Amino acid sequence: MTVPIETGPAAGPAPGPGEAPGKDTGKDGALSGAWRGVLRYALAKLGGALLSIGMVVVATFFLFRMIPGDPAIAYTRDVPLTPDQLDLLRRQMGLDRPLPEQFLDFVLKALQGDLGTSYEYRRPVAELIGERLGPTLLLVGTGLTVAVTLGLWQGTRAAWNHGGRLDRFSTGISLVLWSVPTFWLGLLLLMVFAAGVGPIPGIFPTRGMEDVDAPGGPLYLLHVAHHLVLPCITLVAVVYAQYLVVMRSSLLDEIGQDYVTTARAKGLRDAEVRLRHAVPNAMLPTVTLVFLHIGLVVQGAVTTETVYSWPGLGLLFYEAIKGPDFAVMQGTFMVLCVAVIVMNTLADVLYHVLDPRVRSA
Amino acid sequence: MSEATARRREGIARFWRDYRAQRAGLYGAAILVAAVLASLATPLVTDPSGLDVTRATGAKMAPPSLAFPLGTDESGRSILLMIMWGSRVSLLIGFLSALLSMVIGTVVGITAGHFRGWPSAVLMRVTDWFLVLPSLVLALVLAAILGGGTSTIVLAIGVTSWASTARLIRAQTLAVEARPYVERSRVLGAGHWHVMTRHVLPNVAPLVLANTTLTVASAIVTESTLAFLGADSGQASWGSMLRGSYDWGAVTSGAWWYVLPPGLCIVAVVLAFTLCGRALEAVLNPRLRGAA
Repeated sequence: MTVPIETGPAAGPAPGPGEAPGKDTGKDGALSGAWRGVLRYALAKLGGALLSIGMVVVATFFLFRMIPGDPAIAYTRDVPLTPDQLDLLRRQMGLDRPLPEQFLDFVLKALQGDLGTSYEYRRPVAELIGERLGPTLLLVGTGLTVAVTLGLWQGTRAAWNHGGRLDRFSTGISLVLWSVPTFWLGLLLLMVFAAGVGPIPGIFPTRGMEDVDAPGGPLYLLHVAHHLVLPCITLVAVVYAQYLVVMRSSLLDEIGQDYVTTARAKGLRDAEVRLRHAVPNAMLPTVTLVFLHIGLVVQGAVTTETVYSWPGLGLLFYEAIKGPDFAVMQGTFMVLCVAVIVMNTLADVLYHVLDPRVRSA
Repeated sequence: MSEATARRREGIARFWRDYRAQRAGLYGAAILVAAVLASLATPLVTDPSGLDVTRATGAKMAPPSLAFPLGTDESGRSILLMIMWGSRVSLLIGFLSALLSMVIGTVVGITAGHFRGWPSAVLMRVTDWFLVLPSLVLALVLAAILGGGTSTIVLAIGVTSWASTARLIRAQTLAVEARPYVERSRVLGAGHWHVMTRHVLPNVAPLVLANTTLTVASAIVTESTLAFLGADSGQASWGSMLRGSYDWGAVTSGAWWYVLPPGLCIVAVVLAFTLCGRALEAVLNPRLRGAA
């Protein structure tokens, strides 16, 4: 491992290049300068993230008050109500109160996890979201793992044989995959591998995560995995190309470095230079970028879940758009945005902690 | 012929010479010219009445035949005709929303780069916020709230896709403003407006052009995705055709002629825009020129 990870103040990392040794370290095992810098950075990032989340809440509040017409009617679409009921509902939604008061109410409720009630489902939005979280995490988790592994592996190979046939091939593939809309790729896979074309029989299910006659016990896992294959491939195809490109360029940067030449001069075998020296260093920025671009994965998940009717958050969001069910739309929108912001901040801070070059700067 | 005109003409000639050396960019440009010409010529050579569901003449979901080279849809309309008319909607929305995104991105980028201090900090905060948020999700919400229509879709895509451009333009603005001639111009009494429009803008314009081309590509993908997810402009585009093919079971019944052509058109046009954008970047971006 070429990236040293100190796990606490006891490890006593070297002070950064810019400061006098011993200046920050002395007193009763306090954090040394470099780690204090990391902490300050993390706090600043945390503050930024909280601000961003605040902006999401404000934007959501005002966005969903731009809906033309009476919100009470918009929210209860297709549910017949008497004027008295509508009046009551308006009061329940707080529409009779001044805007600042409504906003305060909205924020306080959101903080308590109360995201309103869906009139389509006649259930709290937070409950609906909680139900759909599992399938989405399964799909995104599996997809991301496969995509990152595949992207890093192929990117490494492309960079190591820079300019070779494999390099040009994978660059071309990623260019094409970038141009292909996610949902269309999903439709194609659905047509070929789920419905079957000509002599090819349909070998995968067309929709959902499980059938009504799903088996119990360990077989159930297999059953779900069978349903997972096509959505997962779709998601992977859409996101892995960018990981490949990033890994390739970041490894190309490393190949030019002196320490790689030194490693070669020491007489290390090619694979050793690659796997023990160059790749670990190139991996860090790549993995960080992966998580900084997690918003793209969320977008991919929304489309993929829609195509395959995968019962996750994305499908819930799509159904809310189609409804339209504004309460669910609002809740899902906030949850997706906050999740992306949190992941981003985590990646940012983690990168700072893990990379000694950035840390000491 | 004045000195300036001659220099400009020479500049264009040099640009064309550099661009011609980019083979992929030439292919991309050829596809684009063909696509734009075809979509412009559509009203001249075809009759839009075939798009009307009630006046469709073909059999339902018929495979390709001589009368209908790409088959028919669920109500007997010609897929080829729908593709041709759909290209107008897809390309128009792609161009307009990329334009909107470029204008916002350039204005924000130059402003944030020119005015230091808190205006810049606030603008970059907002830019980062838009950069992080899943733009498709935001665009869907915008389109759903504002209701259908071409302008809504253009607005939804434009407002959610300018952030990366703003960052790029801001960095370039900072670099330009550090040059001595800008300082000289300031000393001579040039105001903010003069520096921004006369010195910064001409210098970032090539970058904006290359970036716009790439933005059109992603705008077309976004438009088709929005249409597929139910936020369409009300007019048949390539995306809404694919929505139709999914809704009417063309995917599971093996009606490939309804699923393949619109998607292939999207891929071809988007790929062409991407190739052009990359070629433009290679020609216009002095940083890349040395490397390539």
